Amino acid sequence: MQNGVNQMPMTITEKILAAHAGKERVVPGELVSVRVDLVLGNDITAPVAIKEFNKIGVKDVFDRERIALVADHFVPNRDIKSAEQVKTVKEFSRKHGLPHFFDVGQMGIEHCLLPEQGLVGPGDLVIGADSHTCTYGALGAFSTGVGSTDLAATMATGETWLKVPETIKFEFEGTLKPWVGGKDLILYAIGAIGVDGALYKAMEFTGAAIAGLSLDGRFSMCNMAVEAGGKNGIIAPDEITAAYVEGRCRRPYQFYRSDPDAVYEKVYHFDVALIEPQVAFPHLPENTRPVSEAGNVAIDQVVIGSCTNGRMEDLRIAAGVLQGRKVHKNVRLIVFPGTREIYLQALKEGLIETFVTAGGAVSTPTCGPCLGGHMGILAGGERAVATTNRNFKGRMGHPESEVYLSNPAVAAASAVMGRIAGPEEVV
Amino acid sequence: MELKGTVWKFGDDVDTDAIIPARYLNTSDPKELAGYCMEDADPAFPARVRPGDIIAAGKNFGCGSSREHAPIAIKAAGVSCVIAGSFARIFYRNAFNIGLPIFESPEAAADVELGDEVSVDVNTGTITNLSKGKTYRANPVPPFMQQIIAAGGLISYIAERMKRQCTK
Ligand code: SF4
Repeated sequence: MQNGVNQMPMTITEKILAAHAGKERVVPGELVSVRVDLVLGNDITAPVAIKEFNKIGVKDVFDRERIALVADHFVPNRDIKSAEQVKTVKEFSRKHGLPHFFDVGQMGIEHCLLPEQGLVGPGDLVIGADSHTCTYGALGAFSTGVGSTDLAATMATGETWLKVPETIKFEFEGTLKPWVGGKDLILYAIGAIGVDGALYKAMEFTGAAIAGLSLDGRFSMCNMAVEAGGKNGIIAPDEITAAYVEGRCRRPYQFYRSDPDAVYEKVYHFDVALIEPQVAFPHLPENTRPVSEAGNVAIDQVVIGSCTNGRMEDLRIAAGVLQGRKVHKNVRLIVFPGTREIYLQALKEGLIETFVTAGGAVSTPTCGPCLGGHMGILAGGERAVATTNRNFKGRMGHPESEVYLSNPAVAAASAVMGRIAGPEEVV
Repeated sequence: MELKGTVWKFGDDVDTDAIIPARYLNTSDPKELAGYCMEDADPAFPARVRPGDIIAAGKNFGCGSSREHAPIAIKAAGVSCVIAGSFARIFYRNAFNIGLPIFESPEAAADVELGDEVSVDVNTGTITNLSKGKTYRANPVPPFMQQIIAAGGLISYIAERMKRQCTK
């Protein structure tokens, strides 16, 4: 990683891309063919990819160990068609002897599951047929979403092409206010730059506030890079990353960091001491407001979970707010842990009991309500506060329903109050 | 090649949930998906869209999920091409991969209106608004994308390459 006299400085994103392109250096705008460490598909995108893969005319996948297929969106199977889709993926996995196919029982939401299972690590290059594949940037990996055809091509070749993005640096300095976490920082940033504010760009998150953030908080941030149009979100690995990946990662990994004189397209500087818990109003993640300015918004449902906020820290925070309290009579609370291990741990810590005692429903891991798939669909005119990542029109059900995005503490407090509320109103 | 059709106009940030809502993603059958195309943005669209029609929209078209079902639905609905101010990254990539012609032109996207007759010269990227008598130039397509188009989509491109590797 030494930056010699003649070497151009590079960002962490550029370094990972260069390493996987077999080059000394890459520059933004350059088109590179890269080797991938892992490629991912789910029960919606993999069936389309499998159809395309079969057209290529190769007998085998490039590497059985480097393909992960996760049935998470419509599972446990919502209907016959969903069941057929999962069957297609299961049969493909059996035929090619893929060890990393995850179905109900072992599965989790893909972006919670793969890091937990040690299938992605720092310095990796990962592509996945799911837009939130950018989540793994929290480990210091380059990861980005593609479509099914790219998944098919990569399963055959082990390679893909990428344009080296310019990088935008987001510096978060200062000390976090109570109840503020990674979710709020990313919502705030998206509010500041807009849903296409980082279109085609790498988003690099740095600063003292990021250094102090748990990995769960970092996952929430990188997860939502795509909500600003970003190609990837990334955080340089540090001791917190090292503690997480040690003994967990199944492949050797490598820590990259940006050179001090690396070139950025833009630098944003945020003082986190000024950031309150955020709420993104319908129908775009950029419509953010501090929770204190949300006004009186009555709600019908609260959803806590997803690949953004379905991890241990999120459940602990939500349970902390709900402990000894009751969900408002007008509200349905649905909690869906990100993975089976998170579910188990929450069970051991008594969090599941807290949710159920409060009047909430706890689901097995699934994407379910996050994408309006099943397990919590909204009727016309209904409103939900959700810890998920998208509040597009109709995202959680009826096109006339509304989704408000928040962190788990705000979601839990809103469940108790029956309207959008900050946690300090409750705790 | 020239594409010619009547314009359906949409705004900024048309997301993939608007193009094809997730509730229909339990199938990947193009015909079935086409029946729900743009439903949440304009409920009349699936029934009224005619072969050759053109979708025009503002910035960040196709933002949101990676579902290839979105360009597939648009293509299967008979839409000849999409003109937008800008495209979200994954949608852009997917459209080329499956062979849905898309053109980036903020000027054309801003000017065209619902019902305008528009023609597009695919080779030169020239967009002509026949109703208004105006022409625009779309942003050039990157050379690598041109190779994919010439091969007939990414899968044919890869299949060709794999064959060459095997015979080497
Ligand atoms: S939890 Fe939601 S955003 Fe995450 S992968 Fe599932 S559907 Fe997509």
